[in-house]
Amino acid sequence: MKPPPLKYARPDDLSDVLTLLAQHGDEAKLLAGGQSLMPMLNFRLIRPSVLIDLSAVSGMDSLTVDGGTLIAGAMVRQTSAKQSHEVSAATPLVVQALRHVGHLQIRNRGTIGGSLAHAAPAAELPAVALILDAEMVLRNSRADRIVHASDFFRGPFTTATTPDEVLTEIRFHNVAGTRTTFLELARRAGDFALAGVAALARVDSDARTISEARLVAIGVSGEPMRLSEAEALVTGAPCMRETFREAGMAAARQVTTFTDLHATAEYRKEMLAVLVSRALSEVAAQ
Amino acid sequence: MRSVREPLETLEIDVVVNRERIRRAVAARRLLSDFLREDLGLTGTHVGCEQGVCGACTILVDGASVRSCIMLAVQADGAEITTIEGITPAIGLNHMQRSFEQHRAVQCGFCTAGILMTLEGVDPSNYPDEKAVRELLSGNLCRCTGYQNIVAAVLEAWSTAPDGPR
Repeated sequence: MKPPPLKYARPDDLSDVLTLLAQHGDEAKLLAGGQSLMPMLNFRLIRPSVLIDLSAVSGMDSLTVDGGTLIAGAMVRQTSAKQSHEVSAATPLVVQALRHVGHLQIRNRGTIGGSLAHAAPAAELPAVALILDAEMVLRNSRADRIVHASDFFRGPFTTATTPDEVLTEIRFHNVAGTRTTFLELARRAGDFALAGVAALARVDSDARTISEARLVAIGVSGEPMRLSEAEALVTGAPCMRETFREAGMAAARQVTTFTDLHATAEYRKEMLAVLVSRALSEVAAQ
Repeated sequence: MRSVREPLETLEIDVVVNRERIRRAVAARRLLSDFLREDLGLTGTHVGCEQGVCGACTILVDGASVRSCIMLAVQADGAEITTIEGITPAIGLNHMQRSFEQHRAVQCGFCTAGILMTLEGVDPSNYPDEKAVRELLSGNLCRCTGYQNIVAAVLEAWSTAPDGPR
C-alpha cells in the first residue's frame, strides 16, 4: 500500500516535460492531480520508474472563456472550475458534471486534464467532452495536434494520447440556445456512478419539439457512450413524457453493460433508462 | 540546449507545517501521510485505507482539504500544510472540537481528525443546512456513529460561532 521506488521531477517548463518524456518513454508517467494515479501506485497496479509532476508547469492551469468556448489548461483543478462563475455561464454542463466528481477533497487536487487522460469508464468529464465536442490539445517535443473527443476515448483507461505526448489544453464548445444537465446514480455521494447521463437539447419553442439532442452514458460500458438511438428517437419528436420514456428504453437497448459487486447489468440498464428519461424532461422543460 | 533537471529518488523539500518551516530530504515515493506521521511525529493524521477513500488522513494543503495518503511528500514542496495538531489549542479544544464532545460525535475517534480537517477547510456559509453538511461529510467515512451526532455537532458549532451567532 505504498508506492514503489521511483524518481520524481517537477519541471516548471513544458519543454522540460517533453524532453523528460522523450528520454524516459514508457518508463515515465505524468502526474497531474494524482487522485487516480496515486491509488494505482499504492496498489502497485503500475510501476513507472519516473513521475513527471505537471503542477509547476507555467500556463497549464489557466482558465479562459472565449465566447461559447471554455479553454481549460489541463492542470485546472476541478474545484476551481466548479466554483468559477465564468465557467458556469459559458459551459454549464462542465459545472453540472463536476458536482458528481468524487468528494471535495478529491476535487481540490483532481484536474480537468487528469480525469480526461485517465479515461475511467465511470468518469464524468469524458462524457462532457463528448457532448461539447471538446478538442484535446496534445503536444510532444516536435509538434501539437488536436484530437476531437469522439476520437480521443478508445476504451477503458485508454486514449489516443501516445507515450511521448502531454494533454495540455481542452477546448469545450458550448452549443448556443441549448440546455444541459448531468444526472447519475451512485450508492453514496462521490461514489463511482452505477450509471450516469449527460444531456444537451435544443427545443423549438413554437412547435414544442426537440430539434437537437445529444446524450452520453457513463458507468455502463468501458468508455463514455453516445446514445445515438435515443438521440434519433427524440430528434424532431414532441416534448412529451412518453417520448422521453421511450428514449430511455432505447438507450437501455443500445448499451451492452456488465454485472459487478455494485449492480447487475439489468439494474444498470433500467437505471440508465430512468436517468435518460429524467435528463430529457429536465432539458426540455422551458 | 539547456539541461533539464533530472528526476531524483530523494529530494529536499521545504514546507511549512502548522506554521513551522521544515526542510527535509525525503524519498520521492514517501506518502505525505507517512512524512507527517513518521518523519515529523504528527500522528494525529490517521491512515485508514491508504487509497484515497476513507478520508481519515485529510489535512489542509494551502488551505484546501486533501487526502494525504494519495499525495507524495515531494508534491507538497513549497506548500503550507495544516494538520489536526495545528488547529488544536495548546490547552483544551477548539470550538468545533467542543461541539463534537458535547454531542458525543466521537465514538472510536479514528475518523474524527479527518472530519475536523474537512470542516476546517470550508466556508460554513456554503453549507447552510443538514443536507449540505451530510454531502460535505460524504468524503469522510465513520463506521461508528451513523453521522447523526456528527451532523448535529457541526450544525450547532456553525450556528454558534465563538465570536457570536452568524
